[in-house]
Amino acid sequence: MKLLTHNLLTSHVKGVVKGYPLLIKATEVKVNEVDFNPQFVSRMIPKLEWSALVQAAEELGQRQDLPAELVPEYENNEEFLKKVHRVLLEVEVIEGCLRCPESGREFPISRGIPNMLLSEDEV
Amino acid sequence: MLYTIQNTFDDIKGKLVADLGCGCGVLSIGAAMLDAGLCIGFDIDDDALDIFRRNAEEFDISNVDLVQCDLCSLDAEAYVKKFDTVIMNPPFGTKHNQGMDMKFLWAALSMAKTAVYSLHKTSTREHIQKKANDWGVKMEVIAELRYDLPAVLQVPQKEIG
Repeated sequence: MKLLTHNLLTSHVKGVVKGYPLLIKATEVKVNEVDFNPQFVSRMIPKLEWSALVQAAEELGQRQDLPAELVPEYENNEEFLKKVHRVLLEVEVIEGCLRCPESGREFPISRGIPNMLLSEDEV
Repeated sequence: MLYTIQNTFDDIKGKLVADLGCGCGVLSIGAAMLDAGLCIGFDIDDDALDIFRRNAEEFDISNVDLVQCDLCSLDAEAYVKKFDTVIMNPPFGTKHNQGMDMKFLWAALSMAKTAVYSLHKTSTREHIQKKANDWGVKMEVIAELRYDLPAVLQVPQKEIG
């Protein structure tokens, strides 16, 4: 599970109002090489919940020097975009789980795939 | 299908793509090979996702991600307009899956910012066109495909005697 994906996922357990962001508990993390596309990264940034991304990177010990706030005029800042690219697309959680911040319900991540399936009484 | 989406509509390269009901990842991997920024595949089935994962490894595809979930109980509002493009080959919604294709279409339309590309049976085309009109969505048929799928399930004959 990449952190770009994590940034989109929410918990939809019945009755939960704020199932975002999901807290990450990782037992295995990998960093892969992914082709860098600065325009793509730049376009994704406004769609992101920036603080959730920083928090997730922090939880994985992969934050490095990612700033707590977005830098102004990041569109042309290649160095910054590379840092974002790494965290969004290259860091991957292979084993672990995601925890709903409100209900505490845990969604397992196994072989890189988060399982968001709910049981009948949770829907 | 994917070449048309990219070459005619420019909706894959450098885009955030979702593949709903991705199964073994055929469409996702194709989109990744056409340089999607990231293609996220969603499916409910363990085995299919496992095959998808192995396919991605085998073809050395790094710009895909996989999520296991039930698209019918997904809170589509949480994902509104998050994706540039949605591509999919949904369950056909005939036989035992009544209405499933329309549920997928509805989810896809709310998740996509620009366009949804979806495969459907010709017999459902009119119904889908009508729904598209109801939903205020523009629909265009970009290709017709013909599959010869011989019936592979033999219904056992009742034993006599």
